[in-house]
Amino acid sequence: MFEAVSFYLFAFLVIVSFWIAVTTSQALYALTALAAGMILISGFYFTLGADFLGAIQIIVYSGAVLALYAFGMMFFDTTREIKEKNPNGLIVGTLAVLATLLTIAIVAAPIVSQNIVAFYPSVESVGNTQQIGLVLFTKYLVPFEVAAVMLLVAMIAGIVLAGKKMDVSLTKMAEDEIEEHKAQELN
Amino acid sequence: MEITLNHYLVLATILFGIGLYGVMRRKNLLMLFFATEILLNSVNIGFAAISHYYGDLTGQMFAFFVIAIAASEVAVGLGLLIVWYKRHNNIDLDEMSLMRG
Repeated sequence: MFEAVSFYLFAFLVIVSFWIAVTTSQALYALTALAAGMILISGFYFTLGADFLGAIQIIVYSGAVLALYAFGMMFFDTTREIKEKNPNGLIVGTLAVLATLLTIAIVAAPIVSQNIVAFYPSVESVGNTQQIGLVLFTKYLVPFEVAAVMLLVAMIAGIVLAGKKMDVSLTKMAEDEIEEHKAQELN
Repeated sequence: MEITLNHYLVLATILFGIGLYGVMRRKNLLMLFFATEILLNSVNIGFAAISHYYGDLTGQMFAFFVIAIAASEVAVGLGLLIVWYKRHNNIDLDEMSLMRG
């Protein structure tokens, strides 16, 4: 009973906040709605007994990813209204629904036919976090290391791409120095 | 009222549809990135639900790797976006579709 109540409540809230995130024309509203949706999704993970995944969802998604987006928004001029050219919203909506149903049908067909056997059955005696540690550091050790290398590559790429000309700080310059700097860049 | 696996799969489908609608509709690249995050999250819900109902931890493992990929995608994508914005002063998708060699 309580599971049903929590499922429908969280489902409604997540759908509403994600709908706001994709339809609003204000970047700040979209970011806030997305953050709310991410935190609400962790409710499903806690209901499903995936405690560690729920904590990671809050820390990584709502904490790191959305903070990075908020940081990125400071670079762009997000105060102006975002232009959306919609020749036909109906076509876009129909295409989205059709493509989704096709993708889900392809992916979920083997699951629905119910011939799936658990590779790594969960052990009842230990908690979720401990189980994840057991599986992640034995069966999935190589993908884990590869993910670590991938994150390192992404970090270096982010620094290299965004950190160009970071040696000049515009905030520490006086007004005339900034003008001089801009004139130099133009030449 | 029992919540079954199908409930979660239907919810993941709806969220995936919302994300896809956003991907097709958005012209601003930052907003396009938001829509891709919704896609990744909807898939994660499906993984966690299957992991729970089949008593298998593989689904949760894949959800972790999806989160790691999403984090690195954001870092690289925002870096590229900042470079583009410094050069062209906008992040409009229609402007990018013009190939000026």
